[in-house]
Amino acid sequence: MLQALAFYLFSGVLVISAIMVIAARNPVHSVLFLILAFFNAAGLFVLMGAEFLAMILVVVYVGAVAVLFLFVVMMLDIDFTELREGFLEYLPFGAVIAGVLLAELIVVLLAWNFAAGTTVTARPELPPGGISNTEALGRVLYTDYFFVFQLSGLVLLLAMIGAIVLTLRHREGVRRQSVARQVGRTREEAVELKKVKPGQGI
Amino acid sequence: MENLLIEYLPILLFIGLALGLSIVLTIVPFVIAPQKPDPEKLSAYECGFNAFDDARMKFDVRFYLVAILFIIFDLEVAFLFPWAITLKETGVAGFFSMLAFLAVLTVGFIYEWKKGALEWE
Repeated sequence: MLQALAFYLFSGVLVISAIMVIAARNPVHSVLFLILAFFNAAGLFVLMGAEFLAMILVVVYVGAVAVLFLFVVMMLDIDFTELREGFLEYLPFGAVIAGVLLAELIVVLLAWNFAAGTTVTARPELPPGGISNTEALGRVLYTDYFFVFQLSGLVLLLAMIGAIVLTLRHREGVRRQSVARQVGRTREEAVELKKVKPGQGI
Repeated sequence: MENLLIEYLPILLFIGLALGLSIVLTIVPFVIAPQKPDPEKLSAYECGFNAFDDARMKFDVRFYLVAILFIIFDLEVAFLFPWAITLKETGVAGFFSMLAFLAVLTVGFIYEWKKGALEWE
């Protein structure tokens, strides 16, 4: 009973906030609604028993990806009145893309076949023995799915290098602190004694 | 399954309580606070002056780089959790599988360190 109530609450708020993401006039509000949608999706994951995914969704998406979206929104420096102007101009193009996506989704759904002998359940059961969702993931991820796991490491490496190559610019003429040089300075090269005769400058 | 959800019930109650409390705290001031608005009270100001410009300003692109690098290491740590609690079952294979994963990411870490992506200038 409570479970069903929680499901309808989470999915209702999720759908509404997902609509608000594209309907909100202010892009910053859109990002905030996106965060609300992430939280509700995490709630749905918990209801399905996928605790680990729920927590990762909160940590990675709410904690990091949403911040990144906020950065992008702030970096673009959008003029909101200007943003509304081109709406009609881009409407046909946007409608074509939306139509293509819808057609693709319909094709996928119509052509969806389960392999013979597959049992379709709303919720995959956890392995017996009272182990948690995280443990069940860990048992297969690092050994049975070794290749996919290493591939994800390579994808992360690629993302790291790509971000650095694209955005890293070194400014010219910036004086940096070099701790090794500071520590390595000796008294002889830093201090010089001069004899100054009385009444004369150096 | 049911036990799992029962464990999460306090969090649900907490969210409900936080929601209720924040709604009440938002609405109550409208009802009980005295409201005598005048143009000077309602106008925006910045330390006693009129607002100089828009509150939104452009960020430096380098914040973005730091955030991306943070996400990548965040994901790396996320992979460590299931690994850490199942190390007994997965054994040597699981251990070295994770070491290979970490080695790949360490290559990236050395790259960004040498490139100076972690320095602020």
